[in-house]
Amino acid sequence: MCAGCGAPVVVRCILSALKPEDHAVIGLATGCLEVSTWLYPFTAWKDSVIHNAFENVSATISGVEAAYKAKKRMCEEKNTKETKFIAFGGDGGTYDIGIQSLSGALERGHDMVYVCYDNGAYMNTGIQRSSATPEFANTTTSPVGKIRNGKHGRKKDLTQIVAGHNIPYVAQSAPRSAKYGGFKDLYNKAEKAIYTEGPAFLNTFAPCPRGWRYSTPYLMEICDLAVETCIWPMYEITDGKLKLTYEPKKKLPVEDFLKQQGRFSHMFKEGNEYMIEAMQKSVDDEWENLKNMSV
Amino acid sequence: MIKDRLSGNEALAVAMRQIEPDVVAAYPITPSTEVPQYFSSFVSDGKVRTEFIPVESEHSAMSACVGASSAGARTMTATSANGLAYMWEVLYIAASSRLPIVMGVANRALSGPININCDHSDAYGARDSGWIQLYCENNQEVYDSALQAVKIAEHDMVKTPVMVCYDGFITSHAVENIELLEDEEVKNYVGKYCPKHHLLDSENPIAVGPLDVPAYYFEHKRNQAEGLKNAKKVIKDTGMAFLELTGRKYGFLEEYMTEDADICIVAMGSTAGTAKYVADMLRQKGIKAGVVKVRMFRPFPAEEIAYVLSRFKSVAVLDRAESFSDCGGALFLDVTSALYVHGKKVKVLNYIYGLGGRDVTTDDLEYVFNELCELKEGKEKTVLNYLGVRGEDNNAI
Repeated sequence: MCAGCGAPVVVRCILSALKPEDHAVIGLATGCLEVSTWLYPFTAWKDSVIHNAFENVSATISGVEAAYKAKKRMCEEKNTKETKFIAFGGDGGTYDIGIQSLSGALERGHDMVYVCYDNGAYMNTGIQRSSATPEFANTTTSPVGKIRNGKHGRKKDLTQIVAGHNIPYVAQSAPRSAKYGGFKDLYNKAEKAIYTEGPAFLNTFAPCPRGWRYSTPYLMEICDLAVETCIWPMYEITDGKLKLTYEPKKKLPVEDFLKQQGRFSHMFKEGNEYMIEAMQKSVDDEWENLKNMSV
Repeated sequence: MIKDRLSGNEALAVAMRQIEPDVVAAYPITPSTEVPQYFSSFVSDGKVRTEFIPVESEHSAMSACVGASSAGARTMTATSANGLAYMWEVLYIAASSRLPIVMGVANRALSGPININCDHSDAYGARDSGWIQLYCENNQEVYDSALQAVKIAEHDMVKTPVMVCYDGFITSHAVENIELLEDEEVKNYVGKYCPKHHLLDSENPIAVGPLDVPAYYFEHKRNQAEGLKNAKKVIKDTGMAFLELTGRKYGFLEEYMTEDADICIVAMGSTAGTAKYVADMLRQKGIKAGVVKVRMFRPFPAEEIAYVLSRFKSVAVLDRAESFSDCGGALFLDVTSALYVHGKKVKVLNYIYGLGGRDVTTDDLEYVFNELCELKEGKEKTVLNYLGVRGEDNNAI
């Protein structure tokens, strides 16, 4: 994958939470992670892995999990190793085209974990806007032009939509730099998600240097800024109870996050101040909302 | 042997109960809805140990089937019309991953306009998806073909999914007398499914569905075609074994009154039954009418059909779907191409009929046989025709 990409960092951390004695079957939605980790006849995955299509990783992994249950019931599976089912999809494959498949699998209660690595656009096809793209972001299908100013409308709140399914565990996380605890938050949530019976969902922040136009060494700094500005709040919902797992000591202004990235550069032009104000307001509103929901 | 009275859907569901697949993933759509309905009651009553996945769409039904089958589960489903169309993307993936999924298709017209009744446009749409397609004339054939389909799909030389197609409402809902095997007989007949490679084997993990670049993709598609090619022999052998077990004969084609026939109708599904009845009627009038029923549409028995049809003076191919090619229906094109390639010169007409559940009557088929008589005697006839539709001068409406 590209240097400075958040996805492999996130995936490695999540899978490290799988106990060494346990086996996993990995499902992949079509996307950067899928195309760059296993070109026939090679695979970078040590566990069994299945890719079906773009929008159906949830249904696919639910089928694998059903096969496991059936085989256990019929006592045919000689291999008694505990098996976990983990699906990975980007935001396009999760927020947009895969949301029906995801919703169905969560509602049916399969014992699986769905991980969305959210980089806020269709990066694999060349940075097209998705419903996870932040408002005003410049993408190749929400380009900044003479009369339009990037992506129209706010990002969909997928984590809350998933929470509406009343599944046992829902969380939002991001990899952090060492001074903010590194991968601890993500690891803990991954462990809980994997070892919670029933469906669990993890929405993880995963910056994309190509799409976001940042210098690759800044990957972890961008992650930190997303959390410190409350653009990407860290929280978990266990059996319906929401808990903020991190609160910045001093909430930073959204500009700190935006200015690192080429996709937001037009927001700093004269006359576009309203964009930054609008984004600050929506971030503030959402953060207040979450704090009120937190127990 | 058990004698019973079942609808086509019920016959399929009973076959599925006796097969007891590991996983069934299905979504309701008229007219196949009853299949998951009956089957889920078997699950609720503990008559099967199958994991039933009540998915939120047909796309997810086929996606879950791909997941389950890749995990080494014997996997079945059923659908119709738009449901099959919605699966379309994943049908290709199931076939190219060489997954032996068995699916009942209660044939129904594809929208639009929306219509819930029979034609073959749904399965025709999936014609090139790489699935084996078997068409059934009646409920007995639905039951028998479902059992055989499991054997065919899972055969080492085939490893290809199978559609068991039967006419929506006409076959899916009509109740007929049927002979069933005992549960134990079915269990012994289908045996256990133990694939060599599957996702749940933690000692030997596998990767299903990787990105296939130009250096390999072509070879994989070529291998896939070999599976379809091998299916011919396996379908034949499976039919022979089934004959020994039940006394009922199955092959690629069924010939009816063809020994001395000089005119012949070629059809698939329930219409073959009506055509047989009309052939009987015409025989009483001294007309040498015969019927060839195509049971195996994919792979297509080109050589066999060319050989059989070469004996007749004129032939009508009936297509229960409009392919909008302006050069005939899909079955007609396959039949005429088979004749040409195998050097057989026979006069052939095409009739598109029965779209959206339009009844095909004995009068309609008698008309077709009469046209074949005139064609045989040297009268010029239009090759491409519609049967039983308003605005055509050939018909009875």
